[in-house]
Amino acid sequence: MWELIRVNKRNSVILMVLMTLVLLVLGYFIGVVFFGPNGGVFGLLIASGIAVILMLISLSSGDQILLAASKAKRVTHDIHPQLFNVVEEMRIASSLPVMPKIYIINDPAPNAFATGRSPQSASVAVTAGLLGRLNRDELQGVIAHEISHILHRDILFVTVAGIMLGSIVLLSQVFLRGMFFSSMTGSQRRYSAGGRGGGGQAQLVMLIIAIAVAILAPIMAYLLYFALSRRREYLADAGAARLTRYPDGLASALEKISNDPSPQLSSVNKVTAPMYIVNPLKKKGQRKLSNLTSTHPPISERISILRNMSGGAGFKDYSASYQKSTGSKRTVVPASAFTQDKIEQRQASIGAKRQEKVERQLHQVGDIMRKVNGFLFLTCVCGLKLKVPPNYKKDKIKCPRCKRILDIKNPQG
Amino acid sequence: MNTLIVVGVILVLVVLFVITMYNSLVRLRNQVDNAWSQIDVQLKRRHDLIPNLVETAKGYMQHERGTFEAITNARSQAMNAKSVSESSQAEGSLGDALSNFMLVVENYPDLKANQNFLSVQEELASTENKISFSRQSYNDQVLFFNNKIQVFPSNVIAGMFSFGKRDFFEIKTAAEREVPKVDFSTDKQEKTE
Repeated sequence: MWELIRVNKRNSVILMVLMTLVLLVLGYFIGVVFFGPNGGVFGLLIASGIAVILMLISLSSGDQILLAASKAKRVTHDIHPQLFNVVEEMRIASSLPVMPKIYIINDPAPNAFATGRSPQSASVAVTAGLLGRLNRDELQGVIAHEISHILHRDILFVTVAGIMLGSIVLLSQVFLRGMFFSSMTGSQRRYSAGGRGGGGQAQLVMLIIAIAVAILAPIMAYLLYFALSRRREYLADAGAARLTRYPDGLASALEKISNDPSPQLSSVNKVTAPMYIVNPLKKKGQRKLSNLTSTHPPISERISILRNMSGGAGFKDYSASYQKSTGSKRTVVPASAFTQDKIEQRQASIGAKRQEKVERQLHQVGDIMRKVNGFLFLTCVCGLKLKVPPNYKKDKIKCPRCKRILDIKNPQG
Repeated sequence: MNTLIVVGVILVLVVLFVITMYNSLVRLRNQVDNAWSQIDVQLKRRHDLIPNLVETAKGYMQHERGTFEAITNARSQAMNAKSVSESSQAEGSLGDALSNFMLVVENYPDLKANQNFLSVQEELASTENKISFSRQSYNDQVLFFNNKIQVFPSNVIAGMFSFGKRDFFEIKTAAEREVPKVDFSTDKQEKTE
């Protein structure tokens, strides 16, 4: 486990360095184009300034920004005891020092993500659709996957890398559009005004290089980012199997999520997509995404690896199953993380086989969201359940069925 | 003069190495102890839940006095257990009594529709899971710790400061190996699966 974390940390650092380099090169060329041959340093300074500021923001409150952007609401044990319990079970299994904060996103598309700076300050968010569709064992699998991301220090990586990527994209977009508009208005003479003859030619070469870099930089950054995040998904699946000792739970959760007909998650974009357990950006009629540009491994492959772990639940079993399923020789888990002991799978908990009717579960999810949003729940003597919105100001309410007057301030009275 | 500096630097490095190694061993040992206390926390939670469970179910199950007695007796035995072996045996029989109770509950549809009972049931099921996950996590930590004090170079430091191997948590009999299944299912056909 510690070996795994060390390898992950090293990879994160390598990625940060490469991304920073891409950002600095981009900044240098933009500087040269806008401020002449000596402006490169200036561009470099601006680019590194942007990088530092964004890095500080993402380290201090990146998780809060992401949670707010996905409209996640913090929940407690009272609102959804099962979710809270499942998270606590996985916290115990993984020996995390503190309980992660739990959030629910009011969205019918089933998905989940984890974020935060460190295992000490991590958050797990699940959508209402996920709670509505999965049984206890499947939910446990999904939560275990997210807890593994926390344990492997992936959450910091995704937050920081996502913000670096965002700034590279932003810088190159601003530059390219700036070039486009200035050439439209015919003011590009300004750039070559400094030099005549040979100087102008050098300037032109620089301009072409700068445009090429501005086009290539985001692509390179994306590829770097995606390559590492795909591997992390496999690792988190392996970790989930190991924590729950029950890979079938996560496998069937992934099946349900991938077969789900609900529309795409509403508050998501290309930069935040790698955070989620399953790629939230749905593409119609394009099942086989090209391997280089997808943030997640093909879901069918993830399922078949989990299904074929043949009795064991350790990293070794996952790695063997990975090699069998993909036919590749590469080990997905660093061999140093293997432990000698045989880790056996457990049985499904009997109750988990029972599947509540989807409509009923979705109805319950509606209630959960009302609770999150501050609705008050009253049960009338006649058995009717009243859901009082938070903006209902009066003290008493009339039961619509039996016409009794109910006291809101003191529901038992 | 130069050799003296070199020797000094090497000495400082060795001391630093020993200190970090020692600290990491202590940290691992603390994690083992912490995981062990987690098991106790969860077992205590189970003891605390039982009065609540009995209280909620009693009204619906007038004719099941024997079942309730079995649970309360097993609970008081487990709480008063002195030695580790006594405690693990009592916890085992408490688990059996609880799973038996959950089977009996199947005959009381009114009880299973009760909102309070459902929430106690979820807490109980989760506590059973937490007990088994805390045991699992304890064994994981013991595995890391034992590996660490056996491999070079940390075994040297472990030997110097006499860090001993820890024992795994093992459940003796096959019956005890299974954490009692708390059953959520509404109809009985599925249970035979």
